[in-house]
Amino acid sequence: MAEATILYHDQSWRVRSGMTVRDAIIKLELDPQTVLAVRNKRLINEETLIQPEDEIRLVNVISGG
Amino acid sequence: MAGDPMTHVMRCTQCGAEAVINMPQHRLKLCGDHLVAWTTKMAQKAIDRYELFTLEERILVAVSGGKDSLALWDILHRLGYASEGLYIHLGIDHEGYSDRSQDAAQRFADEHGLTLNVVNVQTVYGKSVIEAARRRRGGRTCSVCGLVKRHIMNRMAYEGGFAAIATGHNLDDEAAVLLMNTLHWDGHYLSRQAPLLPSIHPRLARKVKPLVLLYEREMAAYALVRQIDYVMQECPYAEGASSIFAKGILNQIERQSPGSKHQFYLGFLRARKGGLIASDASADLPSETCAQCGQPTMAGGLCAFCRLWEAAE
Repeated sequence: MAEATILYHDQSWRVRSGMTVRDAIIKLELDPQTVLAVRNKRLINEETLIQPEDEIRLVNVISGG
Repeated sequence: MAGDPMTHVMRCTQCGAEAVINMPQHRLKLCGDHLVAWTTKMAQKAIDRYELFTLEERILVAVSGGKDSLALWDILHRLGYASEGLYIHLGIDHEGYSDRSQDAAQRFADEHGLTLNVVNVQTVYGKSVIEAARRRRGGRTCSVCGLVKRHIMNRMAYEGGFAAIATGHNLDDEAAVLLMNTLHWDGHYLSRQAPLLPSIHPRLARKVKPLVLLYEREMAAYALVRQIDYVMQECPYAEGASSIFAKGILNQIERQSPGSKHQFYLGFLRARKGGLIASDASADLPSETCAQCGQPTMAGGLCAFCRLWEAAE
């Protein structure tokens, strides 16, 4: 089955291609409100379908202090 | 099963290009170009609506190296406002946090031909904020950090002749503070929470927050689309901060009911303007001058900032 890589902080996960970015975020038990997805240094929307061998970095949008 | 990519394209509401962000609270899906234009328009709207500053005034932008403050500086520069940056090096050495943040701020300034003023707390005052907090009885790092930053911002704005200090507080920051202040029914803080804090003394600059109409998510998206090289690392002392907890709660509500954060904060500002919360402006008027630094203070003798360094000796 074709897979893609999701990176978040220092961790990485392999996920099935064909699902949406939003579904992948939920699968990783993250809140879609609190992350944005970047592929090839470009921001992509949450309904984007993950393609085989994609490398998608999730960027945290919440900061404290 | 892999789907057909063409059937799943989210389109920009304004031009039909592929969208980079969905903002259900505004019923908008925007491409990168229209997100940049919309975000800039919303910042200008806040500047105009709350009468934050004019094109004739010089603005000191407090930059931390993070997404919000660098995006704010970028927006003000693009809108033609005369601005300089202020980076305060606090001496947080965990994974080189302060050094890396200063580098990010300096890179941004250099790339845009802007002036960055840097104050290194350790160099100027002999100790880092962390050391000062450690030596202060009951001194929590974040409250000491806030005290030091406020003092230095006021001093730099006064000495540099700036009309206002602009900070990158976004709507999520303000809504989180509002939630915590409401939970405690803290009337004093509620009466002071606003996009504009007027100058009440010649040495205390006006404080302005041009990003208060924008969600944190939108600011992060703006910074990514504009390819601003900001520090993604969180301040190590922010772990477990009540503001992060409050943001989590607000985002849970937002997920169920898009626009809730917007309604909560802007509704508060309208209610405040309408007199729901009594203003006690006289309680904040400084009546004394610090014998050491000359900045105004509520009590006689030394101000809280100078007392901090005296205690740290």
